[in-house]
Formats: sequence, structure tokens, C-alpha cells
Amino acid sequence: MSNIPTELKYASSHEWIRKEEDGSYTVGITEHAQELLGDMVFVELPEVGDTVTAGDDCAVAESVKAASDIYAPISGEVIAVNEALEDSPELVNSDAYGEGWFFRVMPSDESEVDALLDAEGYQAVIDEE
Amino acid sequence: MANKTVLFNKHLESNAKMVDFHGWDMPLNYGSQIEEHHAVRQDAGMFDVSHMTVVDVTGTDACAFLRKLLANDVAKLKVPGKALYGGMLDDNAGIIDDLITYYLTDTFYRVVVNSATREKDLAWIAKQSQGFDVTVTERPELAMIAVQGPNAKAKAAAVFSAEQNAAIEGMKPFFGKQAGSLFIATTGYTGEAGYEIIVPEAEAEALWQALLDQGVKPCGLGARDTLRLEAGMNLYGLDMDETINPLAANMGWTIAWEPTDRDFIGRKALEALRDAGTDKLVGLVMEEKGVLRHDMPVFFTDAAGVEQQGVITSGTFSPTLGYSIAMARVPSSIGDTAEVEMRKKRVAVRVVAPNFVRNGKQAF
Repeated sequence: MSNIPTELKYASSHEWIRKEEDGSYTVGITEHAQELLGDMVFVELPEVGDTVTAGDDCAVAESVKAASDIYAPISGEVIAVNEALEDSPELVNSDAYGEGWFFRVMPSDESEVDALLDAEGYQAVIDEE
Repeated sequence: MANKTVLFNKHLESNAKMVDFHGWDMPLNYGSQIEEHHAVRQDAGMFDVSHMTVVDVTGTDACAFLRKLLANDVAKLKVPGKALYGGMLDDNAGIIDDLITYYLTDTFYRVVVNSATREKDLAWIAKQSQGFDVTVTERPELAMIAVQGPNAKAKAAAVFSAEQNAAIEGMKPFFGKQAGSLFIATTGYTGEAGYEIIVPEAEAEALWQALLDQGVKPCGLGARDTLRLEAGMNLYGLDMDETINPLAANMGWTIAWEPTDRDFIGRKALEALRDAGTDKLVGLVMEEKGVLRHDMPVFFTDAAGVEQQGVITSGTFSPTLGYSIAMARVPSSIGDTAEVEMRKKRVAVRVVAPNFVRNGKQAF
């Protein structure tokens, strides 16, 4: 059974977001997603300063099994990326909700956050797979 | 209902992620396939390969029959226990399967074939054995455990009895010997030293546990695939099948052309293919980010300036090298470089002999 923290919000495409004190949101992929993908070997991240639009692919998680697009759960400007993933992509496997984060977005339309799933809603998405 | 090997419960005890592999419930990994890969390159790992099919060929015509059945020549095997790798071809020189044959006595050979091809192999062998004085016996009551890695032999020695250790002392690579209840062979599918051990099902769990207690790490199909690909070893169904002849699968070295009067199945078709020229299987190396994968197209321009195309048969991230490697079937005019189309762009790759890692070190 995958861990789905209740304090996070989720996209049905298996990304999570967490609100930070400065008003930005940290984005990563769920434990369920990393389990499906298996050992991560490369992560391609957006660049700081990029503008992303909710639903657009903006990163790639490449595992031993497949290359998967990562979609921006919300629109906004990328204000930070997790450079540790360059040398240690396995952090996505070992700590999907912590050190395995992908990037941080300053939202341009915070109402998009309300459209995302809560933990229960995301659990329902997994159950339907 | 999938088949289960006798070690199924041992896999669950080690938290294996189980997957269907050609009708068998097999471990994909026990957590991290990359850690399992490194265990085999740096220490010792083990694989349950009990799904593979052991077939004993006995009788006065055993040698003559196998010289007809196989493209490699079992008459080369003079020392009891010596093994031989090669293809079993159809009349068109297509590869029905690749297999290892152990010479035990003049009237007793042991053949180990793939599990995915078990039924067609057994049917083909039965059909071709008509007219020969041989008995073909499948041995489903035997399980098989492969122990591989630089420390594999030492750890296995701690598990074997004194009599077994004495029996296999100094055994050269690619030999097999019955020692007590175990058939112990210096073969493998990883490019490391080690053993493949054929064990009666009733003793398999205890052997697995004893190896675990020696610190041998259980490894799944995921690591098995990255290890064999680094070692440049073909996987049946990906790198070759019945539509592919051995010359186009880097298996030319397994064809015994001499003596020329040995009429093995597929010989005539294979001679015609040799004379006409065939595609070849090469290795690809890509040091930038990304992973080469099965079915990606390969492009290059030949000496005449014409663009040629091939295809990746197996591709993966190489945990030992830290970048991607692949095997590709391409026209034989290929040079030192090519391009692979991946994720809508073309990426430059190096073309090398398909052998990437041997005994833990880069091999190209």
C-alpha cells in the first residue's frame, strides 16, 4: 500500500504539490508513481525562470523501465529545481515526498490548487488503475 | 494461473515484486534492481532460474542426433562436463532457441533451454529425433539457482559439502559436474564468475536459504537483464527469434562450419545467407542523458552516402557504466557512429562490439 500524505494535493497524473511558507508550491511525484517506474536513472528538470502551464509536460523521469513525462500540476514560474537529482536520481525512489522533490512553482492562479485531488481522491484514482 | 517455481515462497519472504514472465510468476526485483545489479558486479547475487527447461538426451545416437540438431558441433566436446553454447535452427536457419549443451558421457548430454520456448523446443526436438536411437527426457523436478559475482564461488563453497567442493575444484569456465545431489556448472548470464546450480526441487529452498545466510543477495529479472546486456549476451525473443539467423545475431562464433559434411539443420540456408551477406548485431553506447530502448530506430550514412536504418533489439541504462547501452541489428555497412531516434529527436551514439562489461570492468 502506497503512502499518500493527507497534507498534500495531487494530480491524477501522479504528481503531488506542497505549499511552502513563501507562497510557492513544491512539486514531486508520488510514491505510487516511483513504485510503478522502478529505479530512477535520469531526471530532466525545467529551468529556474521557466513559465509552466498546468497540464503541460515540463520534466522527464527516466527509470530503468521507461521515460515518463512529468506534468505541471499548476501554472506559474519555476523558482527552484532540485539539483541533487542530477547526481542522485534515486532520491525519487527513496524519499518521493521529501528529498526527491522536482521543482518549485510560484503560482500565477492559485485557484488551480483547488482543482487538484486530496489524498482520498488520489487514492480513488490509484484504485481504478 | 501462472506457474510458480519451488522458490516462490522464498521470493515473497524477501519482499520480491513478482511479475508474469511468459507464464511464470517470477521476481522482478526485491526492492532495487540497480542495487541487485551492483551486488553481482561487486560481491555475489543469486537468481532463481528454475523456470528454465532441463532436457536430458541419452542413448547410443545422442551425439549423432545433437550434431544434426544444433548449429554448433557437440563432437568438439571431448572432456566430460564440457559445455557448448549455440543455436537450434529451423530449415531456414531461423533461431528456434539458444541453449547450452553439457557433454556428460558419449551417451548422455544435458541441454538447458529457455522457458518461454519450452513447448516449441520440446516438440521440435521430439520431431527431429525420429529415426535416432535417443531418449529425450525433460527434468521438471529439477530447480536451478544461478550464483554470480566476484565472491560467488567463495560463498557457494561455504554451502557445498566437502565432497562437492572436492568434485568441482579447479573446474574451468563452461563446465558442469554432478556432485552429490547438485549439478554444478561454471556458466552464467552476467559476465561474472560463478555457478549455475541444478538442484532437486525438494532441496532448492534449503540451498537458497543457505546462500542467503552467506550474504548472497537475491536478484530479480530486472538486474538479470541489465547484467546480461552489459555482458553482451543475447536474450531470446528480443535479440533473436525464428526470423533471425545466427549471423545476424552475433552468434557466428557458435556455428561450426567444419567439418563441411556435417549436415546440421539449417546449414544450407545458412550458407546461402553467409554468401549473400546479412545484417549484423552491434553494440551502441550513448554517454549523454537518456536511455536507449528496444525498438528505437538507428540511422547511419554508408560509404556511398546512402542513409541506412536498423533497430535497437535491447537497450538499457548500464548501472556499471552510468550511461545507456544497447544492442542493435543494422546493415553490415555501419561504421563507428550512428544516430538513434528517441523522444522525437536524433541522438549520436558510438558503435562498438556488443560486449560492454566483463568481470566488473568496461570491455569496449
